[in-house]
Amino acid sequence: MFSKKFAIALLAGLATAACTTAESKPRTASSSSSTAPRQMPSKDPFPSTYRAYPGVPTLVTNVTIYDGEGARIDKGQILFADGKVVAIGQSVDAPQGATVIDGSGKWVTPGIIDIHSHLGDYPSPAVQAHSDGNEVTSPVTPQVWAEHSVWPQDPGFSRALTNGGVTTLQILPGSANLFGGRSVVLKNVYARTMQGMKFPGAPYGLKMACGENPKRVYGGRNQAPGTRMGNMAVDRQTWAKAQEYRRKWDKYEKDGGDPPARDLAMETLVGVLKGDILIQNHCYRADEMANVIDMAKEFGYKVSAFHHAVEAYKIADVLKANEICSALWADWWGFKMESYDAITENLPLVHNAGACTIVHSDDANGIQRLNQEAAKALADGRRIGIDIPDEIAWTWLAINPARAMGIADKTGSLKPGKMADVVLWNGNPLSVYTRPEKVWIDGALMYDALDPKRRPVSDFELGQPGEGDVK
Amino acid sequence: MKALLLAAAALIAAPAAAETVAITNARLAIGDGSAPIDGGTVVMRDGRIAAAGSGVAVPAGARIVDAQGKWVSPGLVAGFSRLGIIEVDGVSQTNDASAGRSPFNAALDVAPAVNPRTSAITLNRAEGITRAVVAPESAGSIFAGQGAVIDLGADMDAVTKARAFQFVEFGESGAAQSGGSRAAAIATFRNALAEARDYAAGRRHEDALLPRADAAALVPVVNGQMPLLAHVERGSDILQALALKREFTSLKLVLVGATEAWTVADQVKASGVPVIASALADLPASFEMLAATQSNIGRLKNAGVTVGIGMINDDEARQARLIKQYAGNLVALGKIPGAAGLDWGAAFATISSKPAEAIGMGGEFGSLKAGRRADVVIWDGDPLELATSAVAVWIDGVEQPLRTRQDKLRDRYRTAGEGALPKAYER
Repeated sequence: MFSKKFAIALLAGLATAACTTAESKPRTASSSSSTAPRQMPSKDPFPSTYRAYPGVPTLVTNVTIYDGEGARIDKGQILFADGKVVAIGQSVDAPQGATVIDGSGKWVTPGIIDIHSHLGDYPSPAVQAHSDGNEVTSPVTPQVWAEHSVWPQDPGFSRALTNGGVTTLQILPGSANLFGGRSVVLKNVYARTMQGMKFPGAPYGLKMACGENPKRVYGGRNQAPGTRMGNMAVDRQTWAKAQEYRRKWDKYEKDGGDPPARDLAMETLVGVLKGDILIQNHCYRADEMANVIDMAKEFGYKVSAFHHAVEAYKIADVLKANEICSALWADWWGFKMESYDAITENLPLVHNAGACTIVHSDDANGIQRLNQEAAKALADGRRIGIDIPDEIAWTWLAINPARAMGIADKTGSLKPGKMADVVLWNGNPLSVYTRPEKVWIDGALMYDALDPKRRPVSDFELGQPGEGDVK
Repeated sequence: MKALLLAAAALIAAPAAAETVAITNARLAIGDGSAPIDGGTVVMRDGRIAAAGSGVAVPAGARIVDAQGKWVSPGLVAGFSRLGIIEVDGVSQTNDASAGRSPFNAALDVAPAVNPRTSAITLNRAEGITRAVVAPESAGSIFAGQGAVIDLGADMDAVTKARAFQFVEFGESGAAQSGGSRAAAIATFRNALAEARDYAAGRRHEDALLPRADAAALVPVVNGQMPLLAHVERGSDILQALALKREFTSLKLVLVGATEAWTVADQVKASGVPVIASALADLPASFEMLAATQSNIGRLKNAGVTVGIGMINDDEARQARLIKQYAGNLVALGKIPGAAGLDWGAAFATISSKPAEAIGMGGEFGSLKAGRRADVVIWDGDPLELATSAVAVWIDGVEQPLRTRQDKLRDRYRTAGEGALPKAYER
């Protein structure tokens, strides 16, 4: 693997050499092992080539704004320009010539962020040839990267944009494996390559899985893990190896000498131990989440979010104390044993305990209605006296997933200076009767319900029945 | 403690008899496609709707329930489901949807497998679903077996109509179940119906493929006494299904799924065949759904087709409650240029009267018209809105308990920490 960054470093080195041959002796790696530059693996061998599309300075007036961090402005204004949010408030100064949109009766929110999607790695049509989400050849595959499975032509991206108002999404490997592989964060903008969609500067995640899936898949092959205790044993043994691998590289970094042999699986795990890669942990049952929390302490890493977590409400206090987010469905339940105790008040109960909550989809249909999922959970909370305001509930779709994905400094709210990832809804976005009217990503208008030319059509759908139809 | 005793008493009490009830001062949705009316009254007597509308007199002796302006509607109808035959999908012992190792297929009758105590029945009843079309799932044959229509009442008598229809898979699934091609599925179907005719006529050829029980089960299908629900998605497959109806003229065909039906809406309309459609399928999830759009139902309705909502391969064992949200989304579509949405009354009909009509039972349930079974729901808001819940439910005129296992889990964990005793002692 020859990384772009490494290539640039090498070119720079050659140029220096060319200028200095006369003055100095060529240095070799062995001439000074403690001072020679270390050959550290690239952390970004598949760099983002995403570029924001052009936008125009845009002012939306008379609109209800949820800023994504819990604030609400009625009959407010938002200005964005040059791809960034410039100002929000009751009234803001707009430059001459800004496009003004009357938002009367409408809502503006930050674009929805889905922390759990398989678009691209389980795309439509769901034929076997497209099934690229689970590397089911071993329970431990932290070396695989979901980005290498992402098919940028998945028609699902367009549905998430136009019906769902989703502007950022994390693509995860599936949950067949204990260590499923690295995630990738994408801007929801079609591109010819995965790199063209890749969210600039977003950290990687590592998908892990508890419970029924790994033990069923591998136990069914008479292979470890075949039980929940087997899950934990394989997990812990793997983390122990990662600590050993880290020691080797730390020593090399300190003392020099020959670089250790690279192990792509271990590289990912060391990234977690160093805090560079965020753990996104599929886990349903309360007792298993508690086991994972202890394991994370044992090996010195942090779980960013438990995904699905249908029993999070049983240990909301523990999740709060350990500062772990829960990425949840509103009402999925009962499809397998570990989802049997799911309740529709999970989100509000966990939120009410002071822990971080996120609405996630894990589904190419659900991602089109995450606002509606939040609305259902919100209402079920209110029915038992947990009265969370609408604008606070919107944090479940915006700043909370942004934090759990490590991109809250860039998007996830309408704070000035952040990416202008913005949805104009044609009514109250917590009503079933509302749809996105316009969606901007980095200030560029990527969907307009009133303009068929602002409706993306993937390569796959060109020339097919229904091409360009309202979906 | 008192609450506990009352709850226990409710659990062991025999089902209450249907009483005469008048729900007054209601925002009334009849379910027939009409717009809701305010100040309405519903009268239930002997388990049936006696009258519903504005200016309806309250009979002497009726228990009066003042709805205080709340929404009142017929109980909702799950137009395609597997309610009552699956407790946990992933636990095979509790999953009676399919029988891949059985020698029988068309003969399989889902009714005896229905367990009225299935968690999904309780949960969906609490959310205003009162009747369900319950289909078996095919495994090893295009014929899945005979489905039932059930109620979701809290009693042990769930089956409204056993052997209410036969369910068959065409398209990709039918091809896979019949040897590998659509041609094989059609050939299998033709042969099966021919053998059913032979069976009815007392003939049986030596090369007959169907077990006698399967042939017997298909006799009412070929005679048109039993509806045939056919799962079919692709435009061309829909036309082939309609062609089979022209060949077997007595067939009472109902299309299920029908994602691309809008592309052949005129032919569907001309055939008179009703449709139980997926509401929000808008992805080309397979090559037989390339033209998928949420406007399918709206476009079929505009073409004059009888169309209701069903959940096909879509959490149909548990999540019938989502049909409310689905119907609401079809209303939302009306605001998108180029889409075909439904007005509120039409959208509500897709989850009440239309699925009942599609299976030929519109005279029995699905609306508040006089004579229908008294399945009635009082809601705390617009039943299609996300924040709304059912506050009272009657099935066959009997008021129903609405508390679920999930409610009890919720109440136990209203605060997460342990109290003076472990959580296991809190209930």
